[in-house]
Amino acid sequence: MAEVTKMIGKAIKRREDPRLIQGRGNYVDDIKLPGMTYAAVVRSPYAHAKIKGIDVSRALAHPGVLAVYVGEDMLDINPLPAAWQAGGVKNVAVTPRALAVGKVTHVGDGVALVIAEDRYTARDAVDLVEVEYEPLPAVVDARKATEPGAPLVHEAAANNICMEWECGDAARTSAAIASAEVVVKEEIINQRLIPTPMETRGSLARYDVATGEFTVWMTSQAPHVMRLLLTAFVFGIPETRLRCIAPNVGGGFGQKIFCYADMAFTMWASRKLGRPVKYIEDRSENYKTSTHGRDHVTEVELAGTRDGKVTGLRVKTWANLGGYFSTIAAGIPTTLYGRILTGVYKIPAAHCKVWGTYTNTALVDAYRGAGRPEASYLIERMMDRFAAEIGMDPAEVRRRNYIQPQDFPYDNGLGLLTYDSGNYEPALNKALQMVDYQNFRHEQAEARKQGRYLGLGLSSYVEICGVAPSAWIGAAGQGWGAGLFESANVRVHLTGKVVVTTGSLPHGQGVETTFAQILADELGVPYEDVTIEWGDTLAAPFGYGTYGSRSLAVGGMAMHRSAQKIKEKAKIIAAHMLEAAPEDMVFENGRAFVKGSPDKAKTLAEIALQASLAYSLPQGTEPFLDETTYYDPPNCTFPFGTHIAIVEVDPATGKVDLKRYVGVDDVGNIINPLIVEGQLHGGIAQGVAQALYEHGFYDDEGQLLSGTMLEYAIPTAAMLPWYELEHTVTPSPVNPMGVKGAGEAGTIGSAQAVMNAVIDALSHLGVKHMQMPATPERVWRTIQSSKQAAD
Amino acid sequence: MADKVRIRMTVNGLEQRGEVEPRMLLVHYLRETLGLTGTHIGCDTSQCGACVVHVDGQAVKSCTLFAVQADGSSVTTIEGLVKDGQYHPVQEGFWEKHGLQCGFCTPGMIMAAADLLNKNSNPTDAEIRHALEGNLCRCTGYQNIVLAVQYAAAKMRGEPVTGAAD
Ligand code: FES
Ligand code: FES
Repeated sequence: MAEVTKMIGKAIKRREDPRLIQGRGNYVDDIKLPGMTYAAVVRSPYAHAKIKGIDVSRALAHPGVLAVYVGEDMLDINPLPAAWQAGGVKNVAVTPRALAVGKVTHVGDGVALVIAEDRYTARDAVDLVEVEYEPLPAVVDARKATEPGAPLVHEAAANNICMEWECGDAARTSAAIASAEVVVKEEIINQRLIPTPMETRGSLARYDVATGEFTVWMTSQAPHVMRLLLTAFVFGIPETRLRCIAPNVGGGFGQKIFCYADMAFTMWASRKLGRPVKYIEDRSENYKTSTHGRDHVTEVELAGTRDGKVTGLRVKTWANLGGYFSTIAAGIPTTLYGRILTGVYKIPAAHCKVWGTYTNTALVDAYRGAGRPEASYLIERMMDRFAAEIGMDPAEVRRRNYIQPQDFPYDNGLGLLTYDSGNYEPALNKALQMVDYQNFRHEQAEARKQGRYLGLGLSSYVEICGVAPSAWIGAAGQGWGAGLFESANVRVHLTGKVVVTTGSLPHGQGVETTFAQILADELGVPYEDVTIEWGDTLAAPFGYGTYGSRSLAVGGMAMHRSAQKIKEKAKIIAAHMLEAAPEDMVFENGRAFVKGSPDKAKTLAEIALQASLAYSLPQGTEPFLDETTYYDPPNCTFPFGTHIAIVEVDPATGKVDLKRYVGVDDVGNIINPLIVEGQLHGGIAQGVAQALYEHGFYDDEGQLLSGTMLEYAIPTAAMLPWYELEHTVTPSPVNPMGVKGAGEAGTIGSAQAVMNAVIDALSHLGVKHMQMPATPERVWRTIQSSKQAAD
Repeated sequence: MADKVRIRMTVNGLEQRGEVEPRMLLVHYLRETLGLTGTHIGCDTSQCGACVVHVDGQAVKSCTLFAVQADGSSVTTIEGLVKDGQYHPVQEGFWEKHGLQCGFCTPGMIMAAADLLNKNSNPTDAEIRHALEGNLCRCTGYQNIVLAVQYAAAKMRGEPVTGAAD
């Protein structure tokens, strides 16, 4: 009479929503404390300059101003930490201080801090601080920064190189390229993006003068990690002196993983003043001073045979790290990029070399997908280049090189863990079917006769989710400076209500809903009886937080494990209640009974009551059902899929019309289809935006020309397509739930689908490659120059 | 600093009187003086629409208006949208169709969508997308927002609607 699964797999609406749709969320800027003060920052207008002097006197005299601090005042705290350096090589990690000392390295670098009674006064006083700068020449391009004579961002980093890293087999790859029938070469730029969560970042710090303890409310994806970094590294105080709370977080996309100057300076100023200090960046500050993503310059060669087999891949990438080293900056273009460059293909020889370089720009760190979008863009662009070169259909070329189902677990030879499971061709076939591929090619040919440019772009991707086994990521080869397990505590209270506290930190992913669905099924209790708590280092066991699509595959598994422990203990107590032997007990659908006698059962609520009252428990059994797990995954998970974009390019204006967007994704087993679709939509939107609209653009002087929402083209509803999504399901063998993760797949699969489509639309003009974003101007220029070349 | 100015307005049906600096933005008056923090701030250039409220029945970006300009008017914020314990159909649509993730853009998005439906009871997809061009969402990719507004439009026209599984 085993009851079937009730909640897992159901598209139920989110329990997070009622408060958010009523405007009853609680974001950091919504919090007001008694005696709270407001901070505003004096920021450098120069990309690179010496600070010759700062005169704060006028600002200090301004009514309502409580204090003005400069970098030298805060020398009693350490610079921010570098938590993930490139593995196995030397890193010259120069991290920022709470405020700049002596010199600034990018526009927006903080040079002084104003604290005032209210927000407006603080901003007024910023304009009264006089800073004398000696401007220095600037460099903004990652590759040019390494050239002789380039301005030096940090004395310690010769040629602006923070680290030089490689993976793969250089000799084999050179041999494969030297002996290849066909070699295609390209210079590919993965432009700088600005993550742009709709809530900007900020911190509210309160120092308790009586106890010497801090509380910081922060816009963070990882409050436990911030607590560790701020206490052990920045302030040098016991970890227990700081409580970090992430309330509602208005989107993160990576930007809210890191340790930022404002966390440190609000804490420092609060201790100094004995009053709470709030700092909320405005959007322009977010654009100039919170982290950016991507920004690679790459030289790539792909070798193959005339019949479509890829035999070698050689990659050289200059990864821009910006003006200082951000928290996990060097891990992104190395472990999360170089090690997955061969994508879904079996490529016998590959090598990747990466230089992480300092420039006079905002710091670059993880942005949704983090390394993997750059990798899949590169390989997928090159697969199309190769297909065009040998005159073969791009779908066929992909098919001929896919890793086959029997090859899993698959080792790509680049120092990654083995790919857990995959079956790539069905996803491709399904996507081709959805767009009626053969028919499209006819349509395209007909359209060209009429002077209309239609194009179709393919993208087959694989990504890394559920990061990561601590023994792998923390080892010398990868350089991550900690573990990457996740925690969950599950308690069944006296009344039978279940409370979970998780180290995951949802900021839009619907974790409260998904986790409650899982636990309701696992423990056989009503979904409504399960509460998920998170976000407060005082309440939750230590956890690493939410990024790298790890909430479900790592955090969810920690909870799953705790549920198993609860059931084991419940069986022991039920056996005692039923005067049976524990080993004869089974637990099913929320009830424990002797095998074969399901009618004489104890419900979980009855058992929890017994466990809580505790007057009659079996010998040696502790009261209460309360179990904690720290789950360290044995491997990452590797979702995959094929995306197809169809575009029409207007030959007169260069405008790209994204007519259809089709995706077939395999994210393993699905807990809540509604939430998975939502994650994919948002992910795809960000990839499409990279292909067509967005560019974090610095001029040669290091001025950010896309420094507000006026210039940085976040797409609106009218600029994005309908997403037509299907799935294949290849469960992950890594965890018993068979889940993989869906938070970043959309972004990782999409930019190249759109770019391949745009380039396909222009291929009859001889266009082989174009850099992103494919703005009307760039497309129009490309059309014009290819026409000139043809004349 | 200029002298403070007396203002008086009805906010979510309650009369509010106060004195504000002439330069105080309506959004700050609502959030900081009245504690109505459901109205959000997502930009400093009037692009994002996180701050949309209704002033005398019209959708307005409250970061683009001084509080004194709203003197004498009637303001509705997201907190005032629930009537007699019932969600506004747009709120319901956002919930049913998973029209939000982090929820930060949501109050402004809902207020803008409600304004659209006041003017056009049967908008096409393209009209919905166009009407929401002043509201940015970074999480959803907009598709479910369009579905949410369609749901609300149908509901307001008295037509049958289908929600999520639960
Ligand atoms: S806060 Fe962005 S438009 Fe008002
Ligand atoms: S739901 Fe996060 S910005 Fe729209």
